[in-house]
Parts: sequence; structure tokens; C-alpha cells
Amino acid sequence: MFQFIYKYMRLSQLEVGETGIVKEFTDLEMSVKLMEMGCLPGEEIRIERVAPLGDPIAINVSGYLLSLRKREAFTIVLQ
Amino acid sequence: MKADIRVALIGNPNTGKSTLFNVLTGLNQKIGNFPGVTVDKKVGYTTLPDGRQAEIIDLPGTYSIYPKSQDESIVFSVLADKQNPHRPDLVVVILDASNLKRNLLLYSQVADLKIPVIVALNMMDLAKKAEIDIDVNLFAKKLGVPVVPISARKNEGIPQLKSAISFANKFALQEDSIDVSTIAPGLIESISRELNIDNPYLALQLAHQHETLTFLTPEQSERVEQLEKEFSFNSQKSQGAETIARYAFINELLYDTVKKPTTPQGETHSNKIDKILTHKFFGFIIFFGILMFMFQAIFSWSSYPMELIADAFVWVQNWLHHVLPAGPLTSLLVDGVIAGLSGVMVFIPQIAILFAFISILEDTGYMSRVTFMMDKLMRKVGLNGKSVVPLIGGFACAVPSIMSTRTIENWKDRMITIMVTPLVTCSARLPIYTLLIALVVPNRNVWWLFNLQGLALTGMYIFSLISAVVVAWVFKFILKGKERGYFIMELPVYRMPRWSNVIYSMYERSKAFVFQAGKVIIAISVILWVLASYGPGDRFTKIDAQYSQPKYTKTMSTDSLSRTVSLAKLESSYAGVLGHVIEPVIRPLGFDWKIGIALITSFAAREVFVGTMATIYSVNGNAEKMESVYEKMHQAKNPETGQPVFTLAVAFSLMMFYAFAMQCASTVAVVFRETKNWRWPAIQFAYMTVLAYVASFIAFHVLK
Repeated sequence: MFQFIYKYMRLSQLEVGETGIVKEFTDLEMSVKLMEMGCLPGEEIRIERVAPLGDPIAINVSGYLLSLRKREAFTIVLQ
Repeated sequence: MKADIRVALIGNPNTGKSTLFNVLTGLNQKIGNFPGVTVDKKVGYTTLPDGRQAEIIDLPGTYSIYPKSQDESIVFSVLADKQNPHRPDLVVVILDASNLKRNLLLYSQVADLKIPVIVALNMMDLAKKAEIDIDVNLFAKKLGVPVVPISARKNEGIPQLKSAISFANKFALQEDSIDVSTIAPGLIESISRELNIDNPYLALQLAHQHETLTFLTPEQSERVEQLEKEFSFNSQKSQGAETIARYAFINELLYDTVKKPTTPQGETHSNKIDKILTHKFFGFIIFFGILMFMFQAIFSWSSYPMELIADAFVWVQNWLHHVLPAGPLTSLLVDGVIAGLSGVMVFIPQIAILFAFISILEDTGYMSRVTFMMDKLMRKVGLNGKSVVPLIGGFACAVPSIMSTRTIENWKDRMITIMVTPLVTCSARLPIYTLLIALVVPNRNVWWLFNLQGLALTGMYIFSLISAVVVAWVFKFILKGKERGYFIMELPVYRMPRWSNVIYSMYERSKAFVFQAGKVIIAISVILWVLASYGPGDRFTKIDAQYSQPKYTKTMSTDSLSRTVSLAKLESSYAGVLGHVIEPVIRPLGFDWKIGIALITSFAAREVFVGTMATIYSVNGNAEKMESVYEKMHQAKNPETGQPVFTLAVAFSLMMFYAFAMQCASTVAVVFRETKNWRWPAIQFAYMTVLAYVASFIAFHVLK
């Protein structure tokens, strides 16, 4: 259903091992925190693993491993 | 100690900042508090090559000077406040050479405050292994500050860093990283002019943080607020724009100074470990296995040193009784203060072992994987993945665990964690459970290998975790959160634990426990001693007169006579009177006035229970103290019915009471310190006491 509403993929829609490039954010407050941690527009992100219970996820961004919840990953729009 | 230069260490978490601090200062360090806040302040001293003394302050690890938690807020206020007694002359920014990009954000913010800066490029060994090639000279030239490559774990580059500190300039030489004035044009100039600030980035930070900074007067803060409205300043948008500008500067900086291998490397070491440790199935098995091993170790490894400490105190008490003249002062010192001290000291081995484990788990990077795995589960009951650490720590002692909740950024998650942590079976409850279980649970095996007493104890531990989770779930609906929770957290690469850090942590935590809890316990034991040694009116003289009559002195042995006298005195002492006063309230739980005395005295610290029982059942201090308390309580009969006092129902009712009741003055004090509001410890105390009464009542009436 989201595909109809949003033209672009969200980070939370990627599978383990897939990569995407950050385009923009849908949430200002979250974007400030994510950008501080190196998740910036233009940056490549790879999904490294998913926690045993399905949430949170761990991503590889600017050379290190960052964990975030799926809800937070949903605010990251990919190119 | 008087220092010639004050140096602050600043860096991201997991960059080896604490290791560098330990390497620089050795044992020459102490932990204090920043004034007004409860953030640990680690200060140490080191001698520079030119013979000067440098004071080193280890500031909390942070990703940026925009604070996310209480710990992080100290970083900016130390750097920005010209009046702050800890304001450094020089800042050493520690960067992880294997992860420069994100690390440089904090550097560029600190550098723009125009405080003299040196860069320590740590983990050069790791960067080399990952084939990351850094042109250190060009890097230093572009930044305009000295850059010293080091490897704190391997003790490499430390002399060079020390001499860089001693040659450091008094003035900031760094190049500007970004043009700050374009971020909030107008506002920065106005704040600079009106508050007389010469640094544009400092002015911008005041706009962001003025509400929480204590060094601004209310008028100044109010004025900044007005100016923000005037220039329609949006804090988050401005911070976002600043971060993007800073990363542009960082990319430009790294473009010709750092070369990374172009071909993708094979799977990293850390990744392979993660595949096993965060595996869907084995991940949890391994976690519970580690927990089991930890508890096994806490109990079995600590038993011998605990016995030694207890024996040493008994020896000192006997010796003091022998050399000091008998009298109330000797009695106060030996039976009050020293008896109380020994109650604290015996817990040192357990606390030290627990903190050794926790610091190994944190140091290796495993603890952040635990929070990663547990977050979803914990969130369901209103907690947070990061609540796992305080809850596990609660098995040793709630005091340091509640202090460790500071890493939880979300207010509601942190409050719930603080509220339920004291429910977890702490080490002070252990002697009570051991004693009571030994009294009523037969010491035999069921199903071949499970000891019945061990099962009962394990049951109490599991029960405490379940009750913490249920209470947390209830609080989830009661508390109203102001902010949204988030879980954006670095998973650091796995590393071997640094044994020196483990030992420092054991030492520091044990010391903090002894001083925190020790003060309270000594005070309580003195009060208890007074309450138990004196009584209202002339009751004591009457007892002495009564028992000096020949019909007692002739028929009873001196030993049993002195016991009868001291029991009679206890009953008519202030403590005994109090016990009788509360007896009607605790009667429905199956407790008599003697247990009532123990409940009152242990309201400030649970561990006092066994000591009080020892006094009440008039045991003379000797090496088999525990054993003899056990025997006396075992033989204790109800004077009316002739039945044993400690039945299964009474013992479990008592255990339920101790499982829930907030009988720890240190915890109450630390909850107040952390929440800065009397309402929280009051609510906690009230709900725990009510739960204790109800659980005890149910246990007594079900088992009766």
C-alpha cells in the first residue's frame, strides 16, 4: 500500500544485505539525530542484520555498525 | 594537588578514551561529582616531559556537543563556562582512526569554540589492519592543530602525546571548519553583542542550549529567548543545517588525507562473531548461559573471601572486647559500629565480581548486542533495550544500577527502569533468603540433581524478575511520556577486554558501594544499638534487680542467666517497645514483635535483618554466628502455643516482605539524587511497601 502513496523506498523496506542511498528524512527531530551519527543524504547504507525478534535492525553506515528501530528506519527515504 | 595545566579528554564513546585516561594517569586518579549534577567526574594527574603537572579530566563520551543525556550535557558546560572551575586550558580530542568521519563531527564542534586543541588519533593499529592509510602530516596541516597518532591499548605514542601537551599553545590555532554565522544570521551577532561573547559558535550554542545552562542568569536566558523569537530561530532546523555543513567540511578534509582500500574487504571479524552472538536462536541461549555463569560465579567465587572478611571482623570484635574496658562506649563501637561495618564489607566480593563481569561485557562490546537483542521484548513492557544493564546490575546492588540508567535518553523509559530496579533480588537480600530457606526448606535433592534449597533460592530470583517486568508494564500505562523514545545506537566492534579497565572498575565500584551504603549502615547500627540498649523509665534497673535475686542466680547457669537478662532487656528497650507497637499491624502476616524489631531496624538496610535476629535471639558473637542464629531461630517456640515460630508460612511470608519492601535508605537517596524530586522515591516507597504487605499476607495465608 505504501508504494502507492510514496514514490520512494524507505530504509525499513530493505532486506538484509541490500544497500540504498539516503535521499531525505520525513521526521525533523529524528533526522537531526541520524545525521549526527553519519546518516546523511547521499550516504550509502547497507542492512547488516535484524535482531532475533525482528526489530531493531543494524545498518552499516560510513564504516561502522549502527542499530535503530524499524520505526526510525521508516523515516529515512532512499533515492 | 596543584596542577600547572588542565587538560580535558573528549571523544566519541568506544574510542578508547577511558583507556587513554588510565594510561596517562595510572592509579593517580579519583572519581568525584561535577557540582550540582550527579555525573561522575574522573580526574587524574600526569607528569609532562618538562616536569610540569597536568590535571587530566575525562569527560563523558559523546557524539556531539548537542547533549542527548545528562552525562553529555556536562561536556558543553565545562567547555563554554568561563567561570567553571573545570574549564580546561587544552582539549585533547580522541579520534578513532578506523572511523574518522563520524568522529570528526565532535572535533569540528569543539574546535569552533576556539579552545586550544590537540588531536590524538587512537586505534592506529586497527586502522593499519583495515588498510586505512592516513597522511598524518597533511591532516594536521589542514586542521591547523597538532595530531599525534597513538594506540592507547598497546601503550604506543603516549610519550609523543605528553610532549605535544607540554608544547601546546595557549591560543587556539585551528582553522575554521564552517562559516557559523551563515547558520543563524542576525541572531548570532545579536547574542554576541548583548551577552558580550567573542565567539560566534558559542553564541549559536547558547541559542540552542540556554534553557539548561546554569551559568546564564535568568535575565540573560530570557533575553536569548526573545532574540530567538525575533529572528524566528528553529533549533532543530539550525542543527540539521549545521551538521550537513560540518560533514561537507569533513568530506573535503578526508578527501586527500585518508585512503581506504577500494576493493571491498572480506567479512570482518566482528561480523562473524555477531552472526553467532545475535543469532535468532543461539543468541538468547548464549545470553542466558552467560547470565547463569555470572550468578554461579558471584555466589561460588565470593563465598571464600566473604567468610574471610566475616571471620576477620569477628576476630577484631573479640580482640577489642578483650583490650578495651567494658562499658557503653566500647559496646557502641564494637557491637554498634563495627558490627554494622562488617555487614557492609562482606558484600564487597560479590559486588566486585559482578562489576568485573559487567565491565567485561561492556568492554568487549557484547552489552550493546544484548540491548540490541532485548529491545523489542523490553519495549513491550514499557522499558528499553538499555534497561537490561541496570536490571542485571540490580542483582548486585540497586544503587550503582540506578546510577547507570543515565545512559537511557528517554525520560519515561528511564523513570520506569529506576522504579522497578529495586525489585530485582539484590545481594543484600541473599543472606536473608539463605537463612530463612535453610530454616524451612529441607536440604535434599529432587530429580537427582536439583537441591531443594537451591531451587527455592532460584525461584526467589526468577520471581523478582517477573515482578519487575509486571510492575514496569503497569507503570507504562500510568506514566505520561513527554518525548518519543528512540534507539539510535552504535554497535562497536568486538574487542578483547582491557584487564586494567576491569580492575579499575571493580575497585572504583566497590569503593563507591562501601562509602555510599557504609555511611547509612553505620548510622543505622548506632541508632539501633541505642534503641536496643536503652529503655524508657527505670525498666532496665528493675530487670537487673529482679535477676540478681538468689532464686535466679542460684538456679541458672551464668550463661543462660545473662541471655535471659538480655532478652528481658531487649523486650523493654525502645526497640522492643516499638516492636510491640507495630505487632497488631504485622500479626496478619504471621510476624511477632521480635520479627517486628528486625523489620524496623532493617527498614534502612536489609542486611541488618540477620544481625538484628542475632541480637534478638541473643547470640554471643563468635565464629559460627550464622550457624547459631540458625539454631536459635530453629528452636524458637511461640510461648502461647508451644509451636515453632518459623514455620514454612512465616518464613515465606518474611521472604515475600523482603522481596518487595523498599528497605534500603541508600536506594531512596540515590533515586532522589537521580530524579531531583521527592515525589519519585515517595511513590516508589509507597507502592513497594503496599506490594510487600499484600504479597506477605497472601503467602502466609496460603501456606498456613
